[in-house]
Amino acid sequence: MNKSKNFFKSKFENLKNYKMTRKVFSYPYILFLLLFVVIPMVLILVFAFLDSNNQLTFGNFVSLFSDGASIKVLLTSILVGIVTTLVCLILGYPVAYILTKYSFGKVFVLLFVLPMWVNFLIRTLATKAIFVALDVNLGMGTVLFGMIYNYIPFMILPLYTILSNIDKSYTEASQDLGADKFTTFVKTTLPLSIPGIISGITMVFIPTISTFAISQLLSDYTIFLFGDSIQTKFSNNLYGVGSVMSLIMIVLVLISNVFIRKANKSTNMVGGRNLW
Amino acid sequence: MVKKILEKSYIFIMLAVLYAPILVIIVFSFSNSATFNFDQGFTLEAYRSIFTSEQTPALLEAVKNTFLIAIIASVFATILGSVAAVGMFSLGKRTRKVVENVNQLPIINSEIVMAVSLMLFFVTFKFPAGYLRIIIGHITFCTPYVVLSVMPRLQQMDPNIYEAALDLGASPIKALTKVLVPMLIPGIMSGFVLSFTLSMDDFIITQINKGAATGINTLSTYIYEDARLKGLSPFWFAIFSIIFVVVLAIVLLINLSKNLDKDKEVSDDDAK
Repeated sequence: MNKSKNFFKSKFENLKNYKMTRKVFSYPYILFLLLFVVIPMVLILVFAFLDSNNQLTFGNFVSLFSDGASIKVLLTSILVGIVTTLVCLILGYPVAYILTKYSFGKVFVLLFVLPMWVNFLIRTLATKAIFVALDVNLGMGTVLFGMIYNYIPFMILPLYTILSNIDKSYTEASQDLGADKFTTFVKTTLPLSIPGIISGITMVFIPTISTFAISQLLSDYTIFLFGDSIQTKFSNNLYGVGSVMSLIMIVLVLISNVFIRKANKSTNMVGGRNLW
Repeated sequence: MVKKILEKSYIFIMLAVLYAPILVIIVFSFSNSATFNFDQGFTLEAYRSIFTSEQTPALLEAVKNTFLIAIIASVFATILGSVAAVGMFSLGKRTRKVVENVNQLPIINSEIVMAVSLMLFFVTFKFPAGYLRIIIGHITFCTPYVVLSVMPRLQQMDPNIYEAALDLGASPIKALTKVLVPMLIPGIMSGFVLSFTLSMDDFIITQINKGAATGINTLSTYIYEDARLKGLSPFWFAIFSIIFVVVLAIVLLINLSKNLDKDKEVSDDDAK
């Protein structure tokens, strides 16, 4: 009796050891994440509160928010971000919606996403060369075109995914119950596609305001957005102000991530509802 | 009927706008002009200049660097990420959640913030400027994608297989390399391919961490450095055309073969 108890005990301990050993495989990566992801982010937070002599200060925040040029960059970025996102949504939604109706839709979505695989610098420089050849004035218009051109696939993809997963019986039911096509769209398809709209919006908005190079190149260095100015601050050794700007960016990313998570959760709910 | 035509033409107009710049560049790559004219007629001069221009050595160096960095970074990321996924899978619920969230950070974070945060780290801890910084940066943004492509495979797998290997006398390392890895190969491979393309495609992380003094360039940073000031010379038209055709062909092939595989799987299932 005692012997078998011991046997089980040792067996149990062995099992525990196995678990331990398998866990160990994740330790190198956890260390790596700590070193190259967590500590660098903490450094941004630290540098945001340090002046050039490494003294604790709130000066970086003060100098950023009292500097007219920086405020202008922030506002322009948000404006460009909002316009780009809206245009992408208005142009992209019909694309995703139409493609779900045809059997060839899947292949065409691929065609819309394909250019994304070519480096954005190359695409931006190509459009710039064409604008220059056509004598188009480089400015806000061309910057917006470049942004929309670059980011519309990020809008179409999540919209298509969500729209093609909506159960057709909803729209059929709505039409059977007497709603016309427009009402059906507004009352069933549109609300059901909101998670896709949200993830599309965040996938376009954040990269647009933080991209570095597109706006410089397409405006001949007259329009600088948030990403460009973070880079400029750091290359001019203004680590403090640059860190504060990065912090603002991190906050924006975290907020948008909360929205994405909520959107994903409700997608699962739609899936669950489809079950019965 | 009218509606269908309208719908289809909308799709085609959008695609036309999306591909117009690419097509225009390819067409005029045969003109050897930077101002979009065919004054010289149809010529392959631009393509010849890839190998004969004074920029050739710098270009080849940049191409070499791009591949070198992509290979080293994606191999490291694949090993680190796959092993990590196996380990993370058996972490406690809470710890696993924390690690998974930190793993998401490089994916959701804006690239510019990640780039400057790494730069602050390298400067603060005095990492030598050059390849080391670039490669660490690339591993950092590639590995999370490897973890994410290996994880689903692990979830589908019978968790007892690993334990069985141990019970039958394999050491943990052997159980990992001889039993788990072969079963995870599809996830590991797609993680590797994804890492490789992400690394080749990267501009921001490399640009900010390469250090101006080292003179190291990858293809994207070299393009930025050169074309930013001078605009596009015919030479770049030819290179861009090659990149467009190669990239689009590869991505199209990968996706089509994936679709074919899926169709095959579906029909296999039907057969059963």
